[in-house]
Amino acid sequence: MSNELLFGLYIFVLAGFLGHHVISKVPPLLHTPLMAGTNAISGISLVGSLVAAGAEYGTLATILGFVAVTCATINTVGGFLITDRMLRMFKKRGPGGKPGGKP
Amino acid sequence: MIESLIPVSYLIASVCFILTLQLLSSPKHARLGNLLGSFGMLVAVLGTLLHFEIVEYRWIAAGLILGSLIGSSMAIWIPMTKMPERIALSHCFGGLAAALVGLVEYMHRIHLPGGIPRFVMAALALEVFLGFLTFTGSLMAFGKLQGLITGAPVTYKGQNATNIGLFVTALVLLVLVVANPGWGVLFYAMGVIGLAVGVLAVLPIGGADMPVVISLLNSYAGLAAAATGFALGNYVLIIAGALDGTSGFLLSLKMSQAMNRSFRNVLFGAFGTGDSTGVAAAGPGGAVAVNQASVEDASEVLGAAQAVIVVPGYGMAVSQAQHALRELAVLLEGKGATVKYAVHPVAGRMPGHMNVLLAEANVPYDQIFDLDDINDEFARTDVVLVVGANDVVNPAAKNNPGSPIYGMPVFNVDQARAVMVLKRSMNPGFAGIENELFVQPNTMMVLGDAKATLRELSGALKH
Repeated sequence: MSNELLFGLYIFVLAGFLGHHVISKVPPLLHTPLMAGTNAISGISLVGSLVAAGAEYGTLATILGFVAVTCATINTVGGFLITDRMLRMFKKRGPGGKPGGKP
Repeated sequence: MIESLIPVSYLIASVCFILTLQLLSSPKHARLGNLLGSFGMLVAVLGTLLHFEIVEYRWIAAGLILGSLIGSSMAIWIPMTKMPERIALSHCFGGLAAALVGLVEYMHRIHLPGGIPRFVMAALALEVFLGFLTFTGSLMAFGKLQGLITGAPVTYKGQNATNIGLFVTALVLLVLVVANPGWGVLFYAMGVIGLAVGVLAVLPIGGADMPVVISLLNSYAGLAAAATGFALGNYVLIIAGALDGTSGFLLSLKMSQAMNRSFRNVLFGAFGTGDSTGVAAAGPGGAVAVNQASVEDASEVLGAAQAVIVVPGYGMAVSQAQHALRELAVLLEGKGATVKYAVHPVAGRMPGHMNVLLAEANVPYDQIFDLDDINDEFARTDVVLVVGANDVVNPAAKNNPGSPIYGMPVFNVDQARAVMVLKRSMNPGFAGIENELFVQPNTMMVLGDAKATLRELSGALKH
């Protein structure tokens, strides 16, 4: 087994445990923003797409890379924006026990 | 020299992503976390642009601009009720992006001297398989949510055998392609099988099981990204993919637990196709008296209530009734009643769906409660208002071992003094299961569109 693979596996497993630990603490209230947010984060595959689109590997590779960059950008940009839009809506009751905001 | 900054940018991004998830533990800091995440993403993208192989920026710029335009307009314009559809679409894009990167990487590296190392080949094959599976699987989920494909499970003879056969074929191909990386046909065949598995595996899964499916596809999209990381030797991809993968997996576990069903049952069970015709036939013929109430009667009961619990379900999303519901709740609070909201983990079509809709209607989140936190309170409640929910309030889950949902944790709605059910019609819910709650003596059925009914209730209470 190559060192590179082993090192990658170490990181994968540790990140998985860390993810389990951190995500178990996310309340059900925020499960939709969690999904939208992790979606935006996994749009990090954008960095792979950038190389595919920008290195001159041939026309087909560039076209596929371009499509990949577009898809991944939709996810990152759209994902962070829509997560923020959702999180902005979560408000606590106003001071004095009054319900916050008008319906 | 300047290239040594790339790993640094990836490290910064990884830390930001972990903080994003950590700050999601409370609605107070969640926005800051999200901001940090987008900052990390920006740093990683800028760092990547320093990569020595990137010589041509035109297509990159075009993709970034086009993607930003589509992504941001979707984020701004999509109504909150359509959130499950939007999430399904984004899994679809994520899967496609990962699969395409895998294809490009394979086409490029296969011609390099020395070929492709075995483990990189395995990572590429997994990436392409999972990526394409997520792509078509999410498209199917989107189609089902949007009503383009029937939401009911589609089954045929030998379905499970076909799916398992395809899966085994993909595994065999994986082994073969790792042994002979140069054999391109095998590699592309894996991608095609991934596309097919995505379609066929989601076909038999019904609309009410969408929370589990969407979470699972979320997990696959993450694993595809992690596989990309292994193939490219890119650690931020491995970390982000692992985080996304565990998140999706944990959510799907929680969703199946909330339905008291195993993964196997959700994926291969084709729920709700059983004897729904038998149930429907028994319904009208039976001598059960449904206590159908007018808006006036209902508003009188509501107006006298001191403690009210609202149980929202998918029907609330369908009729976009969250604002009308909140309006009614404010009126009741004005009359001195306490109003709480009880949200079941699988209410709606994705995890947390109802919470987002209630938040959109300005319901303070400290008025929203989970199953375990509120279930003892129903016995002390004057009126439970059920808005478009069905299975999550079905007492059969507690007391009828013959019911398909027996064992599923449900709200103790039947213990309340009075129950008011807003429902479109007397048809059984998605799963085709009769709900005895509806024929209880203390249950009032108010039939009609939930939004219109809630508006009329508010109107009647104002007088």
